[in-house]
Amino acid sequence: MNDALIADRWQFGFTIMFHYLFPVLTMGLGVLIAVLKTVQLLRGDERYGALARFWAKLFAITFAMGVVTGIPMEFQFGTNWARFSHFAGGVVGQTLFMEGVFAFFAESSFLGLFLFGERRVRPVLHWLSAVMVALGAVVSGFFIIATDAWMQHPVAYEMVNGRAELTSLWGLLTNPYALWQFPHAISGSIITASMVMAGVGAYYLLSRKFEDAGQLSVKIGVISGLAFSLISLFPTGAMNGENVTKYQPIKMAAMEGLFRTQEGAPIAIIGMPDTERRELMDPIYLPRVLSFLAYGDFRAKVVGLDDYPADLHPPIELVYYAYHIMVGLGTMFIAVMAIAAFLLWRGTLYTSRWFLWILMLAIPFPYIANEAGWTVAEVGRQPWIVYGLQRTADATSTNVSGGMTWFTLLGFTGMYSALGLLYLFVSARIIEAGPDGGLQP
Amino acid sequence: MINTLWFLVLTVMLAGYAVLDGFDLGVGILHLVLGGDTKDRETAINAIGPVWNGNEVWLLAAGGSMVAAFPHLYAAAFSGFYLALMIVLWLLILRGIAIELRHQVDNPLWRDGWDVTFCFASALLAVLFGAAVGNVLRGVPFDTEGNFQGSFALILNPFALLCGVLSLVALALHGAAYLAMKTEGLLQRRARRAILPLWVGMIALLAAVTAASFAVQPGFTANFDRWPLLALIPVLGLAAAAAIPLFCRRGRDTAAFLASGALIVLVLGSAAAGLYPRLLLGLPGSAIPALDIYNSASSTRSMTIALGVYLFGMAIVIVYLVNVYRVWRGKVSGGYHL
Repeated sequence: MNDALIADRWQFGFTIMFHYLFPVLTMGLGVLIAVLKTVQLLRGDERYGALARFWAKLFAITFAMGVVTGIPMEFQFGTNWARFSHFAGGVVGQTLFMEGVFAFFAESSFLGLFLFGERRVRPVLHWLSAVMVALGAVVSGFFIIATDAWMQHPVAYEMVNGRAELTSLWGLLTNPYALWQFPHAISGSIITASMVMAGVGAYYLLSRKFEDAGQLSVKIGVISGLAFSLISLFPTGAMNGENVTKYQPIKMAAMEGLFRTQEGAPIAIIGMPDTERRELMDPIYLPRVLSFLAYGDFRAKVVGLDDYPADLHPPIELVYYAYHIMVGLGTMFIAVMAIAAFLLWRGTLYTSRWFLWILMLAIPFPYIANEAGWTVAEVGRQPWIVYGLQRTADATSTNVSGGMTWFTLLGFTGMYSALGLLYLFVSARIIEAGPDGGLQP
Repeated sequence: MINTLWFLVLTVMLAGYAVLDGFDLGVGILHLVLGGDTKDRETAINAIGPVWNGNEVWLLAAGGSMVAAFPHLYAAAFSGFYLALMIVLWLLILRGIAIELRHQVDNPLWRDGWDVTFCFASALLAVLFGAAVGNVLRGVPFDTEGNFQGSFALILNPFALLCGVLSLVALALHGAAYLAMKTEGLLQRRARRAILPLWVGMIALLAAVTAASFAVQPGFTANFDRWPLLALIPVLGLAAAAAIPLFCRRGRDTAAFLASGALIVLVLGSAAAGLYPRLLLGLPGSAIPALDIYNSASSTRSMTIALGVYLFGMAIVIVYLVNVYRVWRGKVSGGYHL
């Protein structure tokens, strides 16, 4: 692997993982805030309006971080991946373009109204602006995922002079891979927002301050957290797995650490892949479950990594661990939210200090789970940048040297480290100040 | 035909960005000087607070349209101008974060630090955007593949720097006109007083750039000879330029701002008119003369689909943008923050 390719991949990987820390919250939080505003409008309950106003503060700073770290992503297809843009621009350009026109304009324009315009417009219009911001954020997620889904499973294209050109916009937008990847990602985002809401609410209850807001935040966070941690598993997670099995069987074998082709293949709950010995160390297996999950038949044959050409393998260990981290955490989320919902139903959640601690400490974990999931998706697609059509190694910009990219990567690392610290600092202050705290207009 | 339509679309999107985010940058450049104490500085920033994010989206949409319609231009230009674009990205980050973070901590050092950052980033962005347009007109050293390497020595040539300074002054003027329209009292008076000197500088630089462009690209007038009606664009541009101080003198702030916006559009439109059908020129001695709307385009079908998407999408966008901006009409009132 040459110097420029490594640098390009590190830069894209780093910048996208940092960027995603922000929309993973705002897509879901926008939805939850829109729900709060809806309840406020329908029931006339001002507590929901006040809570929406509080969460909007955290939303605003997170959204701003997402925007400024997002622009480098759109630029980076051109700066560092010029051969990919040459090859696939006619297709992926459509969805990238639609993201700007249909989603970014909506969310950014209405955000100003939502954050600053509550006193200037009728309540219905303020509610509408919250809905448009949430819709814009979610729709933007759809278009970028449609882009990624095409890279994972190219559809609706024809090759013209060695480039991919679009044959059907409808085909591109209804890519079966996208139709499950999208709800799974959105569900992951709503889980994140729910657990952040519940966790901050738990912090307020534990600290015995802002207890009204604390209780409401915990309640909403737990209800939506339970719903969407289940949805992340079924149907969205399961159907995504089905698509990966169907369209990217090598990726699936790496995810499961399956080296040997077998009938009645097991899944490994845990285990450590040893790529020298081509086996899992210290595994705990559920026999025949993989065959069932993959093909609906406990005795189906599942092809292992050793029977695929080695030059088509993704990095096995990273894909395996990322997948198991995601699933492990996802399972824990279901457990935590189920217990929380049970305590909520029994009326003891707000006073169960031990459990409020768990809710509070759980805040970072959905971030890890979501990033792990994307790691599976993107690293698992290697060595392809467009699956089956263009290899990552053939997609870089030939006129950008490795040295230039290392320089800019270092620049991003420094800038994003500072941004991350600033974000944590400012977020902590917003949370500390609480609803109706901080600077007044 | 479709290629020409996309040339127009790209021009419209980039001109739209220049007019809208242009006044955000202009306010950024001027707010320290015009604002004086914290209160007026804050008012200046509040004048763009609710709208700057939406304005910035025009840049993303322009980039997206480039990927869809002219992917080779996108790939060649973005990789060719690599370091300059990366610096633009970092400045956009600094600008955006400065606006959003400045009111989060009630400490004068914090506010001053971010305001200086906002000013510095806005000014440098204005210069770099202007230099980019200058380099598009001056040309780049293409190889046979249509790629080039844009070193700083190449990008920061005298013509491009001159265009950069023109952009700095023109956007500062645009920002002053915006503030004159949106504010009252001392801040408005200062903004109005800034307009004339900035205008004089802008006129001088515009004349210099125009003269220099004849030297840098002698063949530039070819389109104007071929289609004389195109000459209306620069002529109307001069009219808009003349109108700015006239409106300002009579206290017609909104008209002055609109004239300033029209000037930006017409200057960029003149450049586009001279450039057509080329998108990025090659320097003398380049392996290819230019990237144009034919050799850098995606397929006709891709472009047709994308055009349909664009017209449909932008129609919706214009409708709600107009209504959203209407909420913010009138003078800036006090603070905006939650």
